[in-house]
Amino acid sequence: MGGFPALFHKELLRFWKVVVQTVVAPVVTALLYLLIFSHVLEDHVQPFPGVAYSGFLVPGLVMMSMLQNAFANSSSSLIQSKMQGNIVFVLLPPLSYLEFFLAYLGAAVVRGLVVGAGVWVVALWFAPWQVPHPGWLLAFALLACTNLGAVGIVAGIWAEKYDQLAAFQNFLILPLTFLSGVFYSIHSLPSFWQAVSRFNPVFYLIDGFRYAFIGQADADPWFGLLVAGGSFVAISAFSLMLLRSGYKLRH
Amino acid sequence: MNAPPAIRVEGLRKRFRTTQALDGVSLDLQPGEFFGLLGPNGAGKTTLISILAGLARADAGIAAVMGHDVVRDYRAARRALGVVPQELVYDPFFNVRETLRIQSGYFGLRRNDDWIEEIMHHLALTPHADKGTQDLSGGMKRRLLVAQALVHKPPVIVLDEPTAGVDVDLRRSLWAFISRLNREGHTILLTTHYLEEAQALCGRIAMLKSGRIVACDTTRNLLRRTHEHCAQLRLNADTVPTVWQERMQRDDDGVWRVNFGDYVELESLLADLRAAGLRVQELRLQEPDLEDVFTDIMGRT
Ligand SMILES: Nc1ncnc2c1ncn2[C@@H]1O[C@H](COP(=O)(O)OP(=O)(O)O)[C@@H](O)[C@H]1O
Ligand SMILES: [Mg+2]
Repeated sequence: MGGFPALFHKELLRFWKVVVQTVVAPVVTALLYLLIFSHVLEDHVQPFPGVAYSGFLVPGLVMMSMLQNAFANSSSSLIQSKMQGNIVFVLLPPLSYLEFFLAYLGAAVVRGLVVGAGVWVVALWFAPWQVPHPGWLLAFALLACTNLGAVGIVAGIWAEKYDQLAAFQNFLILPLTFLSGVFYSIHSLPSFWQAVSRFNPVFYLIDGFRYAFIGQADADPWFGLLVAGGSFVAISAFSLMLLRSGYKLRH
Repeated sequence: MNAPPAIRVEGLRKRFRTTQALDGVSLDLQPGEFFGLLGPNGAGKTTLISILAGLARADAGIAAVMGHDVVRDYRAARRALGVVPQELVYDPFFNVRETLRIQSGYFGLRRNDDWIEEIMHHLALTPHADKGTQDLSGGMKRRLLVAQALVHKPPVIVLDEPTAGVDVDLRRSLWAFISRLNREGHTILLTTHYLEEAQALCGRIAMLKSGRIVACDTTRNLLRRTHEHCAQLRLNADTVPTVWQERMQRDDDGVWRVNFGDYVELESLLADLRAAGLRVQELRLQEPDLEDVFTDIMGRT
């Protein structure tokens, strides 16, 4: 038997032991967004005909929380282990790079899904709970967490200091998330920015996920599935290549 | 069929930007050896260990553990190797027992609690089993690192300066445990700054300087190589018999020194002194020690 189950389990324990910080806090943050934006914008914005703003916002916020937390889980675990030097504990055993990748990815997905579910449960106070397309919900939730979990692995391997990771988060993850239509529908944007948004893979994740809830979207969910699936394959391949070469982990 | 060496290193080279950390190192450790790797700071000891452990990749040369190449056959090589890293690292998220269970799991071992309890017992960690690792003292953290290196019962154990900054009691009990593992057949590779430790424990020693091996021999031969025994005497007179005047020096506080190769010489010295009517008030013998050999070899090369 390989070492994958142990590493996966350890990664789960790692965030579960500080659940207030890793799950409760992001849920509270999302709740604050929800309170403020739905209160301010409820009467002014109707992104799709027949859809209340809060009904539009909730899937976006659930998705945003999943994205950020999946990324945070793998990236912060790796950078902490590197900074503290205890990364050797996973480099010394006979773990293959694939096991390594899957364990960090798996834990990121679990954290993303747990936080996402938490946000959704809290949001049930504000928005209808019906999900007309549960299959799309599951597909886009998984794709979101795997994509960002894998990006987190790349970032965690690449970054040598916490501020490099913060830069990665602030200049890449955050803009891609905010500019993907969490708070607005991209068809309310000028046409140039609409076009730009269509190059942002995160847009398809949020758009497709929202489709599962409200049955309306800016893009075809099948196309979104293709884009998100393709980007996951690409990021994973890149991440596995880094792990295989030992980049920044083995001198 | 001959058993492969426990550790085999041949023509190993490793460069970090401007530093040639290893400059063609070759070594063979036979199974069951207690081997010391000595050298000043920056000699390349940790680099050599890192390559064996797969933490670093060599630019040239080969390294194998129990016959398994550390790159091509890395799974088998790592399974055969237990490494106690030089840095005092720990994962603050877990307590001692969790740390050891997780580490076992990385080697694919599930129900390993009997062995885990046993190593905790031998390393006096049992009373601290439920303590978070960040609450451990430096010595306890070091013992936990040793325990982690042993969870998978590796035939080859590498310790990189395991007693740096560790108090005397702990050093003694640690060595007792490591020596026991060695008697039970484990091969030990040790680096240390405490030369008296190396002298007492290691059957064979290699000395590394600027990435090259400058000496490699049995501890006994190394000790014999440069130094003789030395006797220091305090006498009730200011002179010694003429036959000995050549060989004896007197230092400022009146102590006579004489170097000799064999104890028979000491006997005849004492007999001559008595015959001359001199009394020995104080006699101290100094055995050759590794410190001298080390200084000598490092200075010479
Ligand atoms: N990761 C690294 N990057 C750059 N230089 C290094 C690195 N690791 C070791 N060195 C250099 O290689 C040489 C050997 O270091 P090391 O193997 O740690 O020596 P020792 O363990 O014998 O004290 C030193 O000059 C050290 O500065
Ligand atoms: Mg060192």
